[in-house]
Amino acid sequence: MSNVSIIALKEIRTYFASPMAYVVAAAFLAITGFFFVASVSDAFSEASIRGFLAGAIFFMIFMAPALTMRLLAEEQKLGTLELLLTSPLREVEIVFGKFLASFTMVLIMAAVSLYFVLVLFIYGVPDIGPILTGYLGLMLYAGAALSVGLFASALSPNQIVGLVVGAGILTTLTIIDFISNRLSGIAAEVLNGFQLGASFSVFDLDSFGVAESGHFADFARGIISVPDISYYLSLTVVFLFLTVVVLEIRRWR
Amino acid sequence: MIKLEHMSKSYGSYPAVIDVSFEVLKGEIVGFLGPNGAGKTTTMRVLTGFTPPTEGTATVAGYDIVSHSLDARRHIGYLPETVPLYLDMSVRDYLTYMGKIRGMNNKWIQERLPRVIDMVRLGEYRDTLVGKLSKGYRQRTGIAQAILHEPDVLIMDEPTIGIDPIQVVETRELISELGAEHTLLLSSHILPEVSMICRRVLVIHDGRIVADDRPNALSEKLQHAERIELGVRNAEQREVINLLRDLSIVIDARTDQRAAVQQRAQQEGRIALLVDAKPNSKASEVIASSIIDRGWGLTNLTPLPMTLEEIFLELTTEEELGS
Repeated sequence: MSNVSIIALKEIRTYFASPMAYVVAAAFLAITGFFFVASVSDAFSEASIRGFLAGAIFFMIFMAPALTMRLLAEEQKLGTLELLLTSPLREVEIVFGKFLASFTMVLIMAAVSLYFVLVLFIYGVPDIGPILTGYLGLMLYAGAALSVGLFASALSPNQIVGLVVGAGILTTLTIIDFISNRLSGIAAEVLNGFQLGASFSVFDLDSFGVAESGHFADFARGIISVPDISYYLSLTVVFLFLTVVVLEIRRWR
Repeated sequence: MIKLEHMSKSYGSYPAVIDVSFEVLKGEIVGFLGPNGAGKTTTMRVLTGFTPPTEGTATVAGYDIVSHSLDARRHIGYLPETVPLYLDMSVRDYLTYMGKIRGMNNKWIQERLPRVIDMVRLGEYRDTLVGKLSKGYRQRTGIAQAILHEPDVLIMDEPTIGIDPIQVVETRELISELGAEHTLLLSSHILPEVSMICRRVLVIHDGRIVADDRPNALSEKLQHAERIELGVRNAEQREVINLLRDLSIVIDARTDQRAAVQQRAQQEGRIALLVDAKPNSKASEVIASSIIDRGWGLTNLTPLPMTLEEIFLELTTEEELGS
């Protein structure tokens, strides 16, 4: 068994042994369920998962750091990080194993959420394309959000610091259009390029997915675009790399 | 098995360890002695690959700890000062996980785990959550993870700190047993512990090695004064002390202040004294003959070896005076 999977399996077991995972999953399904119901209960509403995606994207800002906050903060608090870093493990393996564990939890929740899709197929004739691209986008988005959360968790032995810093970074990336709208020219374009999800248009379900800014918009519309995929993947890689760097710096202190 | 060459480690501008060189051979049990903040933990963290040295090199089992870190780490079992445990895992799960990240396969773990649990006497607690164990049992769990993968080198940082006296004795016995199978480097600030377990002592003070020897040799070499316990009968205490102080080989003579000794001396009608004499001066003979010459009764005369504590104090205070 590879070192990555040893660490990932241990963390997944810990998730299920604590109430945390169940609480987070319940909140996720409740909130996305609320958004989903709101989006399909009008008289002539569209048979799509846009409402679910809007809720998921919004809730992920808190859920991702909540899932990852323990992963590296607790190792520092218990002193077990010293054990991991003196075992024949690479920092990359530790970080990636932990990332995979949290990603698996999101995958499980997404799998449970498929009953929204089932409801759509029972009561309507949904377009399968945007559903598939929506879930693909959601997974890419989740990966980026979890890597931000993992980075925040590495910063301090305090889990709450990890939660607040993680949610803070994700919120900043989400509301970046507040700033870019007030700018013009290249600065505005560059900032727009960093727009994480779909801004606060999540609260306006009619315009969600049609929003101009945000890398999630196209996925919600049923379009797979290379810039959006590479944005989420790069964000994931960059923050995982930064997490490794933080662990390396820990060695020097 | 362990080799440090001119190793220095600074945190920012603060030098924690300065130009330390020593070698530990296969099968040796070495005690690493020093007051808190002397650089013991830092040295061990360098050796285990937790933190890289600022200067110099560290080699474990023939592998450089920086350039071949993973290979070196495979040969090390490490018990840090704060025993690192996952409190929400059972003893068995915790040890299995530790075995796996040390690269043990399932078969090896299944064979080895029951033996290690027996060795550290954790049998009845194997399915208990680590968080529910008492401090002494947590320590044993920590020791178990360090020896599980049969490492060539065992490094233990203050293994008996913070556990109750009975468990301290048991833990020391356990460590002594481990010394039979492993090359062992063990840090402590408790001196009798080190002289009990180790055949070689490294004394570190302010980041430098100030002594490296067998515990006994250390006392012999560093005896700046020979201490002699003396019992005299039929004499005035002051007269005896004056006589002794007049001898050229005597540095100081005084009443033995220990309550138990005093009590016994009074019961037996004698004076109990402690004499510090210059080393290698045949002090015992000179003192004995001068007392007998005065017609007093010499009831006992015992040269006392200096305890490690005193040597340690001497070494470190001297270092301070020198710097």
